[in-house]
Amino acid sequence: MSVRRHVMSVTVRDQPGALVRIAALFARRGYNIESLSVAQTHEPGLSRTTFVVTGEDAHVEQMQKQLQKLVDVIKVIDHSEGPYVDRELMLIKVAVRNPDDRVEMRQIAQDFRARIIDVARDALVFEVTGDEAKTDAFIEQMRTFGVLDLIRTGRVALPRTAPRNGAHGSNGAAGADDRTASRSRAA
Amino acid sequence: MNGAAAVLKALERQGVTTVFGHPGGAIMPIYDALYDSPIQHVLVRHEQAGAHAADAYYRASGRVGVCFATSGPGATNLVTGLATAYMDSSAVVAVTGNVPLSLIGTDAFQEADVTGVTLPVTKHNYLVKDVRDLPRVLAEAFHIARSGRPGPVLVDVPKDIQQAAFEGDFDVEIDLPGYRPTVVGNARQIRRAAEAIEAAERPVLMVGGGAQVAAEEVEAFTRLTGIPVITTLMGIGAYPGGAPQSLGMPGMHGTVTANRAISHCDLIVGAGLRFDDRVTGKLSRFAPNATIVHIDIDPAEISKLVKAHVPVVGDLRDVLPRLTELLGPLELGDWWAQLDVWKASYPERYKTDKPLVSQEVIALLARETGGDCVVTTEVGQHQMFAARLFPTNRPRTWISSGGLGTMGFGLPAAIGAAFARPGETIVCVAGDGSVQMNIQELATIYKHQLPIVIAITNNGMLGMVRQWQEMFHAQRYSEVYLADSNPDFAKLAEAYGIDGYNVFDRETAAKLVPEVLARKKPALINFVVYDSEKVFPMVPAGAGVDEMIIGDQEADEAEGVSA
Ligand SMILES: Cc1ncc(C[n+]2csc(CCOP(=O)(O)OP(=O)(O)O)c2C)c(N)n1
Ligand SMILES: [Mg+2]
Repeated sequence: MSVRRHVMSVTVRDQPGALVRIAALFARRGYNIESLSVAQTHEPGLSRTTFVVTGEDAHVEQMQKQLQKLVDVIKVIDHSEGPYVDRELMLIKVAVRNPDDRVEMRQIAQDFRARIIDVARDALVFEVTGDEAKTDAFIEQMRTFGVLDLIRTGRVALPRTAPRNGAHGSNGAAGADDRTASRSRAA
Repeated sequence: MNGAAAVLKALERQGVTTVFGHPGGAIMPIYDALYDSPIQHVLVRHEQAGAHAADAYYRASGRVGVCFATSGPGATNLVTGLATAYMDSSAVVAVTGNVPLSLIGTDAFQEADVTGVTLPVTKHNYLVKDVRDLPRVLAEAFHIARSGRPGPVLVDVPKDIQQAAFEGDFDVEIDLPGYRPTVVGNARQIRRAAEAIEAAERPVLMVGGGAQVAAEEVEAFTRLTGIPVITTLMGIGAYPGGAPQSLGMPGMHGTVTANRAISHCDLIVGAGLRFDDRVTGKLSRFAPNATIVHIDIDPAEISKLVKAHVPVVGDLRDVLPRLTELLGPLELGDWWAQLDVWKASYPERYKTDKPLVSQEVIALLARETGGDCVVTTEVGQHQMFAARLFPTNRPRTWISSGGLGTMGFGLPAAIGAAFARPGETIVCVAGDGSVQMNIQELATIYKHQLPIVIAITNNGMLGMVRQWQEMFHAQRYSEVYLADSNPDFAKLAEAYGIDGYNVFDRETAAKLVPEVLARKKPALINFVVYDSEKVFPMVPAGAGVDEMIIGDQEADEAEGVSA
């Protein structure tokens, strides 16, 4: 049983309570979520939730299947099953105690391709985008100056290759073969 | 037409003829519309009973069961019924009234967050916020309840939505892009399943509640292959309990033969079941030598607890015939020789050296009905005795709360079954504890003169709990004694206008049961039985099925043993 981190995306219809259902499922089945982000997609009426979870593959697969069962859930993708890109956005406010700090901080920001989005006499707010390792490293660099506040969005991810229809979002991994099975039915 | 009338119209269009419910302020417009509706409403005396009756209506007929309740306390009273239906995959649509939309969220009188409360115990639920949505929401609710793995769906309708003017079309298209149950099994997986079955020397078929829709397909498969069949508590009736190929029930109170077969088999075909912990016992000791072929319509059940080597996701009505087509008679001579030895060594037995015991009462009912009835049960020892001694032979005739184990289910379930299968005799096997949890429904039975025979095996105890206390809590009998304060059940029945009998001995029992059954009208028979009986075999919680305690099922030379 391999325990790893999984980045998963859930495409869900914008229905009242859809997010509650997802959150309730996590709570009820005891899944521990490290980060969660939700926003609308380019398709009207659809939102995408991205979350990070660490667990045994079988456990995560079960979670994927349970999510898939929710009526409002259109598609579940476990990005760890293939190549994907992911990013996180962080806003971080750092104390400026003397002018030298300010220069040094600007230099670090440049190295990290971070942007300064708010400038005050005693603080700077940076916008950092990247993978988690990068944001973590940036926080480390800023600690010496004094981190006043920060907020991270949690990861968002997309598969690298264009997903084939239903390639990930099928009824789960009940054997790769089941993915090609017809799954339409008039009641 | 208003929203309330639209609700009833939508139900009519779904083919609903019977609804179980209880009125109240927030659902009064719907009850007002009911006054002019062809739909028959059965007034239960507690909403929980309405939900159980609707659940049993589905189990007995395959038609979606419907129940109504008002907001707040009415709706929360449904929760146990919905949870029971959810655990046993029963198609129920519950319609609840709620306070007007403008008051929702204000802690209004009799307001409860019903969609919130029922979220974890329903397959899906809705709060209707626009009267124009009613036809679509109700069509979706029925579709979701009955398709795929069936389950309960709740539709919460605020009072002002019920009162709002409605004009609109009931011909709605169901468009649920996230809900497409897999029905047709994958051909390669079915082929792999066939190969695994052919390669096996000691296979068994295990059928669960999902097989209730596929009894013919199960029969064809077993007839051709000659495979031994184990039926879980939920699968009883999907394959005839009396058939020679039946090994009975597995698990905690399963037969010795079924549990031995599980431990010794080299292949299990699990059809329409979810390998519940009461069935498997300790997972690491469950069927250690077996290849698992798991056929189920719910992909999330595959490898949830027991790893499936050959998973097939689909409807049994599709998968089983296609699997049968690939197979021929199996050569199982040695395996059957072994199974027959176990069957012969461990027939159902119980001692009748006491005035009256639960088992003989239940065996008597089985004999006198010839199994030609619907059996509903409450929860406890009597339920397990009934599963073993009174398993029915036809699908949808065994109605018992398996997953949730709900005391109070059996009596209202009998009502649901009676409406689902008019003309059939319903036997409700009850315990003296459980039967009191929805005893008010005697009024409903009386009113509709339903042919329900309530058979209480009255041990004066919460017997199943007493058994655990005796075996695992050092005989510290804490709060299980009922006898000193049980009602006179015969008088209680009479008070409701129902024929009631107290029976203390086997001679009276033997005479009375056929008489009462012949009358085809409501009756309650209170059999006062031995108070310290235990259900055996028993797999203690946390033990493997191979570690079952055989107890009084062990061969015994003593007098008074009856098979
Ligand atoms: C609603 C509910 N409460 C408690 C239990 C726990 N429980 C399981 S069996 C049982 C005893 C049932 O007693 P009775 O109906 O007399 O049946 P017996 O075991 O005596 O045959 C109890 C309390 C339950 N299953 N359901
Ligand atoms: Mg009892």
